[in-house]
Amino acid sequence: MLRKIRTAVAIAVIAILTFGFLDFSGILNDPWLQKIQFGPALLSLSVVTLVCLIAATLIFGRLYCSVVCPLGIFQDFFNWLSKKIDKRKKYFYKPENPWLRWGVLAVLIVAWLCGFTFLVGLVEPYSAYGRMADELFKPIYLFGNNLLAAISEKAGSYRFFKVLISLKSISALVVALLTLLVIGHISYHHGRTWCNTICPVGTVLGFFSRFSILRMRIDQDKCNHCLACQRKCKAYCIDSVDQKIDYSRCVDCFDCIEACRQKAISYGPVKMRKSQPVKQAENIDESKRQFLKSTLVIAALAPAALEAKVTGKKDTRVPMSPPGSGSHSNLLQHCTACHLCVSKCPSHVLKPAGMEYGLGGIMQPVMKFDEGYCNYDCNLCSQICPAGAIKPLTVEQKHVTQPGHVVFNKDICVVNVNRTSCGACAEHCPVQALHMVPFEGGLTIPEANTELCVGCGGCEFICPVKAVHIEGNPTHLEAKVPEQDTVIETQDFDFGF
Amino acid sequence: MDRRDFLKTLAAAGALVSVKTSGMMDVMASTIPVNGAAAAPDNADLAAVMNGEPAEMLAAAMKELGGIERFIKKGDKIVIKPNIGWDRTPELAGNTNPDLLAALIKMCQDAGAAEIKVFDHTCDNWSRCYDHSGIEAAVKKAGATMVYAHEQSSYERVDIPKGVSLKNAQVHKAIIECDKWINVPVLKNHGGALMTCAMKNHMGIVWDRRAFHSRGLHQCIADICTYKPAVLHIVDAYRTVATNGPQGRSASDVVLTKALFASPDIVAVDTAAGKFFTGINKSIQFENIEHIPDGQKLGLGTMDLESINVKRVRL
Repeated sequence: MLRKIRTAVAIAVIAILTFGFLDFSGILNDPWLQKIQFGPALLSLSVVTLVCLIAATLIFGRLYCSVVCPLGIFQDFFNWLSKKIDKRKKYFYKPENPWLRWGVLAVLIVAWLCGFTFLVGLVEPYSAYGRMADELFKPIYLFGNNLLAAISEKAGSYRFFKVLISLKSISALVVALLTLLVIGHISYHHGRTWCNTICPVGTVLGFFSRFSILRMRIDQDKCNHCLACQRKCKAYCIDSVDQKIDYSRCVDCFDCIEACRQKAISYGPVKMRKSQPVKQAENIDESKRQFLKSTLVIAALAPAALEAKVTGKKDTRVPMSPPGSGSHSNLLQHCTACHLCVSKCPSHVLKPAGMEYGLGGIMQPVMKFDEGYCNYDCNLCSQICPAGAIKPLTVEQKHVTQPGHVVFNKDICVVNVNRTSCGACAEHCPVQALHMVPFEGGLTIPEANTELCVGCGGCEFICPVKAVHIEGNPTHLEAKVPEQDTVIETQDFDFGF
Repeated sequence: MDRRDFLKTLAAAGALVSVKTSGMMDVMASTIPVNGAAAAPDNADLAAVMNGEPAEMLAAAMKELGGIERFIKKGDKIVIKPNIGWDRTPELAGNTNPDLLAALIKMCQDAGAAEIKVFDHTCDNWSRCYDHSGIEAAVKKAGATMVYAHEQSSYERVDIPKGVSLKNAQVHKAIIECDKWINVPVLKNHGGALMTCAMKNHMGIVWDRRAFHSRGLHQCIADICTYKPAVLHIVDAYRTVATNGPQGRSASDVVLTKALFASPDIVAVDTAAGKFFTGINKSIQFENIEHIPDGQKLGLGTMDLESINVKRVRL
């Protein structure tokens, strides 16, 4: 029964969360399930979310890994598939590998402290799943939609509309594909091994779940050591011979309860008795301590070295981080590259970065104006970011935020070169940071007023000869509010002819 | 009686104006009264209306022009092409007035139009434009079809034989496939073209507008107007973006002008609207709006408003 409830909740969660990525029509513009993910909550220091998640783990164990984490649920799917294909598939008990678990976590902490957030984002489970959803599932979803739109248009209905499918970045696609292959392979053959060795969230929650109030219990009188539970345990954490369970690795999937024919396993409050699990935890503490020590040493030494490397190689163009991100360094600190903003950007402006921000910022969102420009009144990305990398902006706040500024090259401007009218850039500029001033004859030519610029990229997008482009501000500035023009009085106008 | 007059006009025009090439398009084009001689005596060639609400001004203008039946027939597949270029509310006048469109749709329905499609290739994000302009809601409520124009697959490349700079363009299929279309621009200031009105509104029927900007904006605007002339041009000047166009930065750029101009002659209607507009924004010289004389040169109509039957109505 518990297992069935767990499965049902998990399916609902992953469906809603995935739809949050796939939806382009504005049905789910407030993807709340993304906001209760542990990784982003930690990086955004959402104290309430963190306290709730840790408290839940202290009460229920690592239920999070079975019903909230999309990558966990995704792995359960492969695990289920493998059991469907190979009916005789069996697991066994393996002792914990604390060196590996805590080692990976230590490396990630050091990487993060050094501004190498890319590595954290690579293994942070929600973000890894998000990239798969955006890079792999979304194109399929959009293709289906476009097919539907084409069919309905043939039938004379305009109920569905086509959406642009584009390759956002080759590196992000490759990373998503590799994630799918690696996670798929591990979960198909080795159950939840990823969650109990590599996954940083699994390690942290595993630390708390050792002390959880509710947990799996083996009734030692009923148990006949048949190993049925152990063979079903995808986390390799039940030692049926010694009747012990490693609670740091148990993800509360409840598979063992159903597997036990003796009804010896139940899920309930722990008996208050000094028992082995606590002792085990003490043993592990040694290795943890060592790791924490070495972590701190590396953390103290490495940042300067890595930072020099990151800033050493400079592109000629400064990249532009999305409005609300505040600065490149804020983005670097908080963004785990879940690509929710990339997926949701209605104007296809946000793209996964290559090396624009340096090594540490690979796959973080960068503004590119090849397929569109940032809508003046749109603040969607700032509203949905779960990691606090893009902080919420009201539309009014966004109007005075300058993540980048316009650069105008008069030498190649159409008006100057061809002596013909254009004005496409000024036409698209919502604040007239580019505006047309009298030029030779009756012509008008753009003039840039960078103080007003909000970096939306409309000018760069439309310019037929790329005479204008947007240069990013590493730390965002405040845009000046345009002065009010003299209002032309409403009066009885003449026809004029 | 009206229809008989119309047919007579058609025959007379066909005889008077020696049509160089044949084909449906030119027969239709020939109904445009080039010098006024071909028009039925009662019907105006151009109607200019002031001081009313959008729907009343439309009704008054169409009365002067001889009714919508002069331009469309029962069973026609009609496209109405407003300007929906910007993510702006109706008060900011970046787009055609939705009330005017609703009234026009009703007129076309009453005249027996078999199908009415409305679209524009927007500049800002299309769904925000369709939504915030109030046009999608007004069109759907009036019972017409809102068509998408944000995907390249909706466009087809066509030749523009009369074009000087623009020899071909990717035009929206709705325009290519319809029987007749009605052009409903909104009058605004424009940084590059100085004024945007009926001729400039044609940039919303094509996919790649960058080509216009790189090959000479004014000539390309005139060229695209020769592709498949609309049967009627209705200029919404209820609210006018007088400065900082075509988007306008704020409400301070918008003037409540309460005017409407309508004519089957695109050059005449832009001339009238241009003279009206340069009376509001006096910093712009009418002579510098080059695409209007370019259009006259291509035979799209006349700038000489004295030579045609102009009706001025103040409500």
